[in-house]
Amino acid sequence: MKTLHTLLALALAASALPAGAADAGAHAMPIDWQHVHEDSHPFGFALIDRLEYRDDEGPNHLLWDAQGWYGGDYNRLWLKTEGESPVSDSNGEFEGQALYGRLVAPYWDLQAGVRYDRTFGSGPDRDRAFGVLGVQGLAPYRFETDLALFVSEDGDLSASAELEYELLLTQRLILQPRVEINAAAQQVKSWGVGSGLNDLQLGLRLRYEIRRQFAPYVGIEWVKKFGDSADFARADGQDTGNLALLAGLRMWF
Amino acid sequence: MRYKHPDETRRRLMGGAAAAGLLAGVDALLPVWARSPTSAAGAVRPPAAGAVQFDLTVARQRIDIAGKSAWAHTLNGTVPGPLIELHEGREALLRVHNRLDEDASIHWHGILLPFELDGVPGVTFPGIRPGETFEARFPVRQAGTYWYHSHSGLQEQTGVYGPLVIHPAGGYQDAFDRDYVVMLSDWTFEDPMAVLAKLKKQSHYYNFQETTLPQVIAAGTPAWRDWLAWAGMRMSPTDIADVTGHTYTYLMNGQHPDGNWTGLFRPGERVRLRFINGSAMSYFNIRIPGLPMIVVQADGQDVQPVQTDELQIAVAETYDVIVTPTEDRAYTVFAESMDRSGYARGTLAPRAGMAAAVPALRKRPLRSMVDMGMDHAGGHGGHAGHDGAVQPDGSAAHAGHGAGAVDHAAMGHAMPASQPAAANHSAHTAAAPASAKTGRERAAPGSVVATHDADTHGVGNVAVAQVQRDRTAEPGTGLADVDHRVLVYADLRSRAPGHDARAPQRDIELHLTGHMERYMWSFDGKKLSEVTGPIEMRHGERLRIVLVNDTMMEHPIHLHGMFVELDNGAGAYRPRKHTVSVKPAERMSLLLTADEPGRWAFHCHLLYHMHMGMMRVVQVV
Repeated sequence: MKTLHTLLALALAASALPAGAADAGAHAMPIDWQHVHEDSHPFGFALIDRLEYRDDEGPNHLLWDAQGWYGGDYNRLWLKTEGESPVSDSNGEFEGQALYGRLVAPYWDLQAGVRYDRTFGSGPDRDRAFGVLGVQGLAPYRFETDLALFVSEDGDLSASAELEYELLLTQRLILQPRVEINAAAQQVKSWGVGSGLNDLQLGLRLRYEIRRQFAPYVGIEWVKKFGDSADFARADGQDTGNLALLAGLRMWF
Repeated sequence: MRYKHPDETRRRLMGGAAAAGLLAGVDALLPVWARSPTSAAGAVRPPAAGAVQFDLTVARQRIDIAGKSAWAHTLNGTVPGPLIELHEGREALLRVHNRLDEDASIHWHGILLPFELDGVPGVTFPGIRPGETFEARFPVRQAGTYWYHSHSGLQEQTGVYGPLVIHPAGGYQDAFDRDYVVMLSDWTFEDPMAVLAKLKKQSHYYNFQETTLPQVIAAGTPAWRDWLAWAGMRMSPTDIADVTGHTYTYLMNGQHPDGNWTGLFRPGERVRLRFINGSAMSYFNIRIPGLPMIVVQADGQDVQPVQTDELQIAVAETYDVIVTPTEDRAYTVFAESMDRSGYARGTLAPRAGMAAAVPALRKRPLRSMVDMGMDHAGGHGGHAGHDGAVQPDGSAAHAGHGAGAVDHAAMGHAMPASQPAAANHSAHTAAAPASAKTGRERAAPGSVVATHDADTHGVGNVAVAQVQRDRTAEPGTGLADVDHRVLVYADLRSRAPGHDARAPQRDIELHLTGHMERYMWSFDGKKLSEVTGPIEMRHGERLRIVLVNDTMMEHPIHLHGMFVELDNGAGAYRPRKHTVSVKPAERMSLLLTADEPGRWAFHCHLLYHMHMGMMRVVQVV
């Protein structure tokens, strides 16, 4: 956890982002007086939202979904990663994003940056890169929202929408519905992506916050592929729908 | 890194004792003033002759506090620091020795003195470097109950605070036989920076009294509607305190509730209690079951005596009360944190070792639509009564229906900013008896005195008070429907008329703003570091400061160096205060004669709010 924090700090330093630059206006003080009321020092946050074992209808999987930020109130560096790998072999998919985020409305960060996808395991590794433009924040009625547009290096356009909600059953027992939708403007057959609506994921996770920062959970998730994406999956011998039972850990630092 | 105090070894040995013994033994480690007296001798010493010199040494050491052993910033070896007693009309020489390996400072809270001695690093002086000594020599121009605390970083949270009492030159107007300082504070074993970091990452981290789904279901339809309304605003009606009893131990005179600080009396004696809220983040509701309190002073300034059964003390405020216990029994001094997540507790007793029943914590209060500054709140006449009305037991509260005697005529009509008081006076006259009533009827919200303009104060602010009320006659959060008397600001009337009868020459309007989710706090949407200069005032100028609270929580706003007159309808007898608690969606009017030249800090006294930039500098030239 410390390492992740350090990495985030290093990444920020390397990117020379003006984190908290908007906060640098000096008060009219004699110059030898230390500015003790430092109200803009950067903070860092790393959330492993999902780290779970999935009992799928096909091969079982391990999945991770983490994100973090480092910076001030207005400007932040965001790092996000998501991926999964079948438990039975070492194949898998990795996705990483590095984004600059700026607070553009009270509850909304405008994010822009890059995304990198890679497959790994047996067979040749494949990768592709994207430009990202997105908004992330808290929508009315307290929906945690992450909307993004992606333009691949080949010029293909796609989009994703993630919504999470938290329902308190007790102060520590929390039910979290989650929706994710992916869509694409163009077909990218080599990655199994059809045009139009690609897939819909509906998840329900029940976590217990032993501490705020540490919560084991159990849950279910239903995934359905649509259109060409479903056809590609079928052609590849995969299911177009899946219901997974899952267990995992949610942590933040 | 850490300064080793000679007493450390002894303290650590005592720290090894069993918890019960530790709590009993902790008394001996407290400054003299904070110990429970063992004989019936008075607590505060009588005035001595001559100038007063006092030495304070700031150090970091391990002490026994809140039932455990912990590293703290100490003053002369203790937390809280020693009682400084000064005398009006005599000179004071206060010396602060810094034995830390970082800068230190002491601010004399509420004290009139040359601004260079006020002790705010970066504003009035450079700070006290490690190993250095700071001297504050000044003539004492006032009397009353005050306190002092660090203004460096978050040192105040780790122990740098203590009481300061100034005895009046002409003797006390109110007769009393005993005199006790009762200093309240909040202690955490966490590093204050870790507390702040948690709030930055998850602002409701310490709130374990949120509304749950089963509570909403059990409470039925109105609760659903309120729950949806609050969710729609992305806010929580349970947001009462940022930092709670989840991490805090609330202390009375440095003692854990089980330590039971005890003040002694003989039945029939008049006992003066000098309540000081030296907390970093905690408002308290103070009551002594079975004993009415006569409030005689607020923020060190004498007020016309007013009797009450409970008072809410904002962070950094002081209230002096006189109680007269006639029975030969113990009375509990109960200071419940405003969010009811914990309490500080002590005892008044005829003999040491006695205790009275300790009241149970009451149900946590909820924010209302009035707190949100919603314009429909008044129109529904006491809608506040059922907003988010889910109590922890799942029941719905219905106290407020039909209780709204709201000034509809004033609604939606923005008063000229310079004259909100004109509308307030009549409201106060009507509302005054509300504070004295004993029925369970909920007090009506104050009259609407203005509406918000189009400025939403930027991305660092999430809401504005669409309608702004005069709330000086309203009880504090959680005290609207208790079945006894509650002190409200409108009850406070200065004992002497103000010395400056001039009408204000101009207004300064400041909005209290913030963003709970990102834990950003500011004035007018800007942090201290985002403004380029101080708020300028001309020396001798008569001003009105209008504070509008656009947030949904109370903020204790403190002006250094000068007293403001709270425009609460008392006319020439407006109470003089150094700290005013501005309620959510309140429009508060303060009068000020800018008669103290220099550079003065002006900030929210919630420590983490100030640290996040809810601060300005006022310059009187």
